[in-house]
Amino acid sequence: MDSPLLDQSPAQSVNRFDVERIREDFPILRQKVRGKPLVYLDSAATSQKPQVVIEALSHYYQAENANIHRAVYYLSEIATNAYEGTRKKIKEFINANSIKEIVFVRGTTEGINLVASSYGRKNVKESDEIVISAMEHHSNIVPWQMLCEETGAKLRVIPINDDGELIVEEFEKLLNKKTKLVAIVHTSNSLGTINPIKRLVDIAHDRNVPVLVDGAQALPHGKIDVKKLGCDFFVFSSHKVFGPTGVGVLYAKEALLEKMPPYQGGGDMIKSVTFEKTLYNDLPYRFEAGTPNIAGVIGLSKALDYVAGIGYDKIAAYEHELLNYATTVLSTIKPLRIIGTAKEKAAVISFVIEGIHPHDVGTILDRDGIAVRTGHHCTQPVMARFNVPATSRASFALYNTKAEADLLAKGIHNVINLMN
Amino acid sequence: MDELRELYQQVILDHNKNPKNFGKIEPANRSAEGYNPLCGDRIDLYLQVEDDVIKDISFEGAGCAISKASTSVMTTVLKGKSTAEAERLFRKFQKLITSEPGAEPDLIEMGKLAIFCGVREFPLRVKCAGLAWHTMLAALKNENKPVSTE
Repeated sequence: MDSPLLDQSPAQSVNRFDVERIREDFPILRQKVRGKPLVYLDSAATSQKPQVVIEALSHYYQAENANIHRAVYYLSEIATNAYEGTRKKIKEFINANSIKEIVFVRGTTEGINLVASSYGRKNVKESDEIVISAMEHHSNIVPWQMLCEETGAKLRVIPINDDGELIVEEFEKLLNKKTKLVAIVHTSNSLGTINPIKRLVDIAHDRNVPVLVDGAQALPHGKIDVKKLGCDFFVFSSHKVFGPTGVGVLYAKEALLEKMPPYQGGGDMIKSVTFEKTLYNDLPYRFEAGTPNIAGVIGLSKALDYVAGIGYDKIAAYEHELLNYATTVLSTIKPLRIIGTAKEKAAVISFVIEGIHPHDVGTILDRDGIAVRTGHHCTQPVMARFNVPATSRASFALYNTKAEADLLAKGIHNVINLMN
Repeated sequence: MDELRELYQQVILDHNKNPKNFGKIEPANRSAEGYNPLCGDRIDLYLQVEDDVIKDISFEGAGCAISKASTSVMTTVLKGKSTAEAERLFRKFQKLITSEPGAEPDLIEMGKLAIFCGVREFPLRVKCAGLAWHTMLAALKNENKPVSTE
């Protein structure tokens, strides 16, 4: 039942990027909110789902639902093939060496926790150091803090400049013999900054320090090649890349994964169990205890087909155009200040308006059908760095339009009028 | 749009821009911190209570227009009131901002607080309007940990 990696989605039939055609693939975008067409600008929180993904979930439960692995009957074989087929697809999608390097998890957060708990506990000792950056999501801060608390290791933080860019020279200074791991975000969810991952990995590897990359915000918008990046761990979430919630992927180099102790114990992660001794399963199953989110994995497969069908080149070029357009439009609004002005940036615009709290902005925009996120975006240290309690954030995806950026600007003018 | 106008009434906007009783009073024998971490709304509330009467009250902090105006109006209403009256007003205010949109609260009895009537149309913002009042209650009870309405 599973389709090949470069499955043709309807969107591929167009040569140029036809956003109206793309929008037809996302049924949720057709609805009205409070009488106004929905303007969904919160894809950095979660992306909307194309019809093919929604149908895949429904089809699985209607026609293929069975637990995977070990059973000998028809349905289980179909479900197992679909699940394992997705693993193979992801291996090709991110250019990993082997399916042994692809572990299904609940999401980016669980992937990072898995590495912190398994790799971390085994390799990080008292007075060792873990390096993260000042723009990390809480999910790439707290698991390391917990590990530090447990082991007595120290967390070191790479600072960022006023544009929200990583200061690479400071990163180099932070690395030393005690550094056991670098955990770094590829694309910042609150600033939009795209970090020079390959350069950072090269620097860390020069000192034999492995690197984990939080790719949650990167994979939906650009091609990921883990061999080119050279990173040791790469984690992403299905729901940010047009797939279902509750599924994510941890990529880990086989040599590292092989030496890591299991993260959770249970069914599927074992070869044999007696009360005296349990033999753990081979990679990657050793890290997948319990019945996984089978439907979610199958949905993710369709989501990746969808993205591949359109092509990352087109997606990235279109989103860049959107970012430039929206930045220009918003920059004309006087009391508005954009937080995060990195040269390399994803289509995320965080902003503050002089004298108006982001929550008031969010409430008023909502009445125009415009969904933006307001708050700290799970990056409280970023808010502290820029000395703001919160921001409003508009994040764009391949289904957004320039007309929606105009509506956002109009909505913000309305906010300013109403609040003054 | 009408609902927005009702929420962001001129009086609320004025209190947001020029809050009353803003700053720290000396002396203050009661204080509490209100903090909604998801919003980033933060209030430090100071009270001088003598013989069960709120002689003076003030606040510092930052937050959205609703939370700031709610705190500001609350301080003007509570100054000079007994602590028992403050607790009674707390309950009435909570009822006002969480009542069903169709319900007819006694706006005359609510006095100045009636301007927050529009909050009930915005369930996600009830926590903003209520933060000040919960913080006040904590201060009266001398609770040490920060109050949150999230």
